[in-house]
Amino acid sequence: MTENISPDIFLKMYKTMIKLRKFEESLIEPLINKEIVCPVHLYIGQEAVATGVCMNLRAEDWTFSTHRSHGHYIAKGGDIKTLMAELYGKVTGCSKGRGGSMHLASAVVGLPGSSAIVAGTIPLAVGAALAFSMQKKDAVSVAFFGDGAACEGTFYEALNFAGLKKMPVIFVCENNLYSTHMPISSCLADVNIYKKADIFNMPGIRVNGNDVIEVFKVAKKAIEDARNGKGPTLIECMTYRWRGHVGPSYDLDKGLRSKEELEYWMNRCPIKTFEEFLFKHGILSKKEKIQIYENIKSEIEEALTFAKESPYPDPNENESFSPFKT
Amino acid sequence: MRRISYVQAINEALHQIIEKDDRVFLIGQGVTSPWYVGTTTVGLIERFGPDRIIDTPVSENGVTGVAVGSALAGMHPILVHPRMDFMYYAMDQIANHAANWYYMFGGQLSVPITIWGIINRGGEQAAQHSQALQSMFTHIPGLKVVMPSTPYDAKGLLITSIEDGNPVVYIDDRWLYKLVGEVPEEIYSVPIGKGIVRRKGKDVTIAAISYLVHEAMKAAENLNEEGTDVEIVDLLSLKPLDKSLLLESVKKTGRLVIVDGGWKTCGMAAEISAMVTESIFEYLQAPILRVSLPDTPAPASSALEKVYYPTAEDIVLNVKKTVGFNR
Repeated sequence: MTENISPDIFLKMYKTMIKLRKFEESLIEPLINKEIVCPVHLYIGQEAVATGVCMNLRAEDWTFSTHRSHGHYIAKGGDIKTLMAELYGKVTGCSKGRGGSMHLASAVVGLPGSSAIVAGTIPLAVGAALAFSMQKKDAVSVAFFGDGAACEGTFYEALNFAGLKKMPVIFVCENNLYSTHMPISSCLADVNIYKKADIFNMPGIRVNGNDVIEVFKVAKKAIEDARNGKGPTLIECMTYRWRGHVGPSYDLDKGLRSKEELEYWMNRCPIKTFEEFLFKHGILSKKEKIQIYENIKSEIEEALTFAKESPYPDPNENESFSPFKT
Repeated sequence: MRRISYVQAINEALHQIIEKDDRVFLIGQGVTSPWYVGTTTVGLIERFGPDRIIDTPVSENGVTGVAVGSALAGMHPILVHPRMDFMYYAMDQIANHAANWYYMFGGQLSVPITIWGIINRGGEQAAQHSQALQSMFTHIPGLKVVMPSTPYDAKGLLITSIEDGNPVVYIDDRWLYKLVGEVPEEIYSVPIGKGIVRRKGKDVTIAAISYLVHEAMKAAENLNEEGTDVEIVDLLSLKPLDKSLLLESVKKTGRLVIVDGGWKTCGMAAEISAMVTESIFEYLQAPILRVSLPDTPAPASSALEKVYYPTAEDIVLNVKKTVGFNR
């Protein structure tokens, strides 16, 4: 039943998902109060995707991310104090207050950066994979992107090149059904994004993106294949963002989606489902759950304090912060 | 010293730097073709094989992103766009990604990439096969831009661009490919951000770029016969610009004509003119004049090409105009 996955991995994934959820929830008040000003795209509802994929990765593997980047950053092992400080625009932030929520990086844990240009990091991930091959490393590279990215030409160019050259890269599409305000069915002639893999001569798999075990297993196989020279895989993870495209609002008042649709997906909460599974198999106890929540709560409080108490970047130093490495 | 052509100088630089540095590889359209990129890549595929000489499909933005991603991961790619016109397709990866990455993440990772764009025009190739887009790239923070005018600089600046830790847009011009000049056999560097005085003079300064340096030299000879002593500053790097070299020259002559092969509006000549005016207005004895392309697309017909591209004659006319100006 637990499919040869160790309890240790299950618990790690559970902790990561709680951390993603609680971190995102902790931003809602500061966003409403305008303590956090930069545009923030919340990951609530999609936690199983980043968690299930990144659990299979090593620090030397790279993940490239998008405007909705907090989940990938945390799941890959990025420090939440510097993440929080970045959201607050502080100089102690992971990008020194130059990036904001959409531009997070932590090179030491294999997060080279995230781009706010839709599909922009997909070819970058292919390029990192090319470098790993040339450097004779067995590292792999992962591109996370949304369903909207399948409307960009760069997506097709990058997948073609990766398929052609059998690059060690995994393409993870987080299909949350919306490209900003537009249903993806109003954007794509064929909404089966995973099928686009066929024309690039690579496997394409659609998974329940709210099932962390399924994501973990499919990603594990794809990552092993990439590491062993078998080339890329496209994984389409069907999921849903609970909040609107940007900011803390549920966007129900804007006529973009229905309350019924949101409730349908909230009933399929990736954390709730996984938690029930863990209880059922005796992997997690009620007592452990409380402890995990408490630990994460204090970690997030610490991050908030750190962010609030940190200084802003010195305005006099911006021009001296060259865009060039010297 | 040994004399070789501009195209041979580029070819030699590629052979030597790819041999010397494991991080360097060449990627782009036509790099294994005998004609796509002139003869700049002759012998590379035979010597280094397809892993380091990567010919690519026509996916400009995707392939540029691949090269940028490899640079983030420690390689020093040379990415060639055999015709600059097609670089518009790759603007997103160049401007949004390569140029911003170092700043946007607080200096964590730099992008040591050489983006080599070739100007290929004339011969009735018309509007989409003729463009010189240097000002587009110079506008963007985070990109360095160089335009070598001689075989010596073609080799030295290519080496320096590849060794730089940042995105460098290296722009050459196929009208220069047959030009012969002195080129050392060994690897050497020409610094980015330094111009050079090609001709000393006292009456008027011409700031020239790339191919037009040679038209400016012809103009200077003609003017000399008529008693006007021209100083020519070859800028070589558009960003960073060698401001002090140019300003020193203009302080001495008090007059400036800027010669650039791009369009006039918001072009390099406009930028240089503004910079000089802001810096040393009190030294100027005449308005700064620009010799550049008119604000129209490149034509096809030879009859139109003849008037479209600036020549020594246009430069002479503008120099006379500035010299004849009295406050």
